[in-house]
Amino acid sequence: MAYFDVHVTIENKPGISDPEGDTILNDLVLKGTHKTVSKIKTAKMLKFTIKEKDKKTAQSKVQEICDELRIYNPMVSKVTIDVFDD
Amino acid sequence: MKVGVVVFPGSNCDRDMYHVLTDVFNFDAQYYWHEKTLPKNIDAVILPGGFSYGDRLRAGVIAAHSPIIKDVQKMAEKGIPILGVCNGFQILVESGLLPGALLKNESLNFMCEWTNLIVENNKTPFTNQFKLHEKVPIPIANGEGRYYVDGDTLKQLKKKNQIVFRYSQVVNGSSNRIAGVCNEEGNVVGMMPHPERAVESEINPVDSKPSSLIFESLLVKMGVSN
Repeated sequence: MAYFDVHVTIENKPGISDPEGDTILNDLVLKGTHKTVSKIKTAKMLKFTIKEKDKKTAQSKVQEICDELRIYNPMVSKVTIDVFDD
Repeated sequence: MKVGVVVFPGSNCDRDMYHVLTDVFNFDAQYYWHEKTLPKNIDAVILPGGFSYGDRLRAGVIAAHSPIIKDVQKMAEKGIPILGVCNGFQILVESGLLPGALLKNESLNFMCEWTNLIVENNKTPFTNQFKLHEKVPIPIANGEGRYYVDGDTLKQLKKKNQIVFRYSQVVNGSSNRIAGVCNEEGNVVGMMPHPERAVESEINPVDSKPSSLIFESLLVKMGVSN
């Protein structure tokens, strides 16, 4: 068994407006000199520390937790799960 | 006519709701802490507004896992009238009793203002005394009140008459200007605006009568008045 850091990124599905991201893009970044930026999306990240036998198990366990406890609302959000060695 | 008002950590409209139920409409109301169970002989359940668990993670999602929600789900299946207001609506959505999601308002602001609702379904236990498309002046007070459903779900809501209230004009970016919905059976209703803040003329500068019909509808449903 080993400890893993698992990052859960929760963001709006494509097509669902993200006014905070739009404001950061239009009223901050594009008002400066950074004209090459075309999109900014905000997201929420949860960082889990979990003890499991391997990375794959850590990922599937966290996915299970997210689904079971509605860590994200599947109507509007998607999650990306990234696992790192602790 | 026993009505349960469920109290979560962070509820803050529970006392307003209790006051309106008991002092204005003479219901036999009682508070139920979210860790308790609901008695079997209860006639209706109301989930009031507030900020359960400080809206952490997402408004309503943590309260949706409270022990009492299992009882609320059982009562929903039995057809008992259940109303969620504001945070109560968010909790009903997050517990899967109502479809959709409630996102941050398009403006990203906490919105506290008077709106006008249009009644789209006058068959529910909380709307049976309204005329269809009746206008209801009523306040909102929320930061995460933008109701969202995807296109397919919206079609289903329309087909099954589950849209109960719509805003008369764009308020916060909600899908189809939806302010309140019900389950397929119609006994579980959720709405973002606050009827408990609108039924007394002393605090309603427009017209308190329409909002009163929400509670009068429940009385009629229960056979207490005609």
